[in-house]
Amino acid sequence: MSVSEQSPPVAPVAAPRDRWRTINLVAGLAVIATLGILLSGQSIAQFPARVILLIGLVVLAAGLLRGRAHKFFSGPSAYFATASLLLLIVLAIFATELSPQNPYDLRQLDIMDGRLPPGSTTFDGAMTFHLGTDEQGRDILSGILYGLRVSLSVSIFATLAAMVIGVVVGIYAAWAGGRIESILMRIVDFQLSFPSILVALMLMAAFGRGLDKIVIALIIVQWAYYARTVRGTALSEARKEYIDAARGLGLPAYRIVFGHLLPNCIPPLIVISTVQVANTIVLESSLSFLGVGVPITQPSLGLLIANGYGYMLSGQYWMSMYPGVALLAIVASINMVGDRLRDTLNPRLQK
Amino acid sequence: MLVFLLRRLTQSVFVLIAMMVVVFFGVFMIGNPVDILISPDAPPAEIEATMARFGFDQPVHIQFLKFVGNALQGDLGRSFVHGESAVSLILSYMPATLELAMLGLIFSVAIGVPLGVYAGYKADRWQGRAIMTGSIFGFSLPNFWVGMLLILIFAVELQWLPSTGRGEAVEVLGLRLSIFTADGFQHMILPALTLALYKASLVTRLARAGTQEALMQDYVKFARAKGLSETRILMVHVLKNIMIPIITVLGLELGSMIAFAVVTETVFAWPGMGKLLIDSILTLDRPVIVAYLMMTVVIFIVINLIVDVVYTLLDPRVRVKGSAA
Repeated sequence: MSVSEQSPPVAPVAAPRDRWRTINLVAGLAVIATLGILLSGQSIAQFPARVILLIGLVVLAAGLLRGRAHKFFSGPSAYFATASLLLLIVLAIFATELSPQNPYDLRQLDIMDGRLPPGSTTFDGAMTFHLGTDEQGRDILSGILYGLRVSLSVSIFATLAAMVIGVVVGIYAAWAGGRIESILMRIVDFQLSFPSILVALMLMAAFGRGLDKIVIALIIVQWAYYARTVRGTALSEARKEYIDAARGLGLPAYRIVFGHLLPNCIPPLIVISTVQVANTIVLESSLSFLGVGVPITQPSLGLLIANGYGYMLSGQYWMSMYPGVALLAIVASINMVGDRLRDTLNPRLQK
Repeated sequence: MLVFLLRRLTQSVFVLIAMMVVVFFGVFMIGNPVDILISPDAPPAEIEATMARFGFDQPVHIQFLKFVGNALQGDLGRSFVHGESAVSLILSYMPATLELAMLGLIFSVAIGVPLGVYAGYKADRWQGRAIMTGSIFGFSLPNFWVGMLLILIFAVELQWLPSTGRGEAVEVLGLRLSIFTADGFQHMILPALTLALYKASLVTRLARAGTQEALMQDYVKFARAKGLSETRILMVHVLKNIMIPIITVLGLELGSMIAFAVVTETVFAWPGMGKLLIDSILTLDRPVIVAYLMMTVVIFIVINLIVDVVYTLLDPRVRVKGSAA
């Protein structure tokens, strides 16, 4: 895929912009490819793939903030939120390398180490449990790192997939108009009239628990939200002159939609999807807490909290308290970064 | 108006039929209920007898038709676990959820309105900013996490309030309610607070926006010119004018309170509909799951219908569009 094919022929293309397009494209492809390797469960080149994934994400973020960095970093809270989000993402990506123990390798666990308070050492004194252990002698810190990875990857994947579906439906509705539009939007309205946790609960009650199932449930819960937003944006963009110009040039419909309409509907989506990732993490952890989310073999933060919850009333707070703090940290930092992004990217708020 | 109402009613019936199909076949996919009804080691004849008794030996579409036929008569099956009619079982759990949701609404107004009015009054000062930042946390904190924290602080550490259960309940107008006994009310405080937090941050934002707008109005200037104290202006003149939109929004949010109660009830072991649903999912008690989902859909359809009708009555533009089409 060459870059010249991607760029719209009408706009005069400046060289630096072109370079950033290439960089973003390469970074995006690298992120998708490495994610594919990591999530497929194959044990090939795991560590290099993680490094490339991290670099790709940072490059994408830099591309997004290019020229607006001073606006984004206006105030200490922006620095703080970005730093903590970056730290948590690094922890999630390198959970395997960073955690003191593989919490799901039964050979590394010893039931004798069960329910130890923070700071205790193993039975033989070889290792310190900085955040204590759960009832099976599992290191809470390692559990949190692995759980962070599950929570983040489930939510990001579900949000992106829902975004793609929502964008397709929304753009199609806006472009097609008429009866198709009213039917699609009726479905969207209907779904959005139910609270998302209720819909997700219904779906999980029907599906049973499982990683793939919760991802599907989270996609179904979210797509309508994007479809409504994209349709609104697309309708207002479609009235603008550059679309008329593209029509006047005799471009085929798919080029107008994908080359011109779609790229201009993206900025509001980035803001929404950032905040939506945080909402999805909350939703997923609530479902897992209720016992209808992720399977026991791959616990997310919500399930870790649920597992330790039974011991909290007897004062053994660390089993669910520390995963809870991690959950709060990731949700709060994503929300704060999303808040800054909204102020930075939203043209309507510019004074 | 009548045409509009009829059209919405027909739509609701279609929605209900669609939900019946989705819910029945969705729930049909999970697990084999015979496994929990009877030991797998039981003699084959006994297993077959059990399956015949519950009608599991018939093909899916026959089971579905029977389900629809019974549902039309208000019978959504008998609970496998409790042995009672699923509908009356859920109805017996409903008062607990409703009183919790009501107290949650009251708490969210009691917390949100003062904070919002104060934040609107001090909009550009640090107090206003701090309240707004706090409300972001109210939005983003997971419901169960808040409940857990409250239990840890007030039940485990300070031991001021009980952590789980419903406490003493009394019959009021034929319903068993906890809110009227001191013990029951103590049990309700923590779960209701948990349920209220999200709505409280919503109310805070609404009240802040309303206050900021109201403070610029002429009647506030006039009240100041009359020499009324700031407290009196805020508490009487501003408050009266911002309460209408807040009450409207909260009325609409009652439905989502019932949905969120699922999480809160599980955290506090509150014996309401939500806890019943989760327990039924975990024990694969199919009729109760189906009945809960169907009843919730009906509740939501009714709420949405009422909302639409009220909007039509209040906003002439909607009415014109509705009756013209």
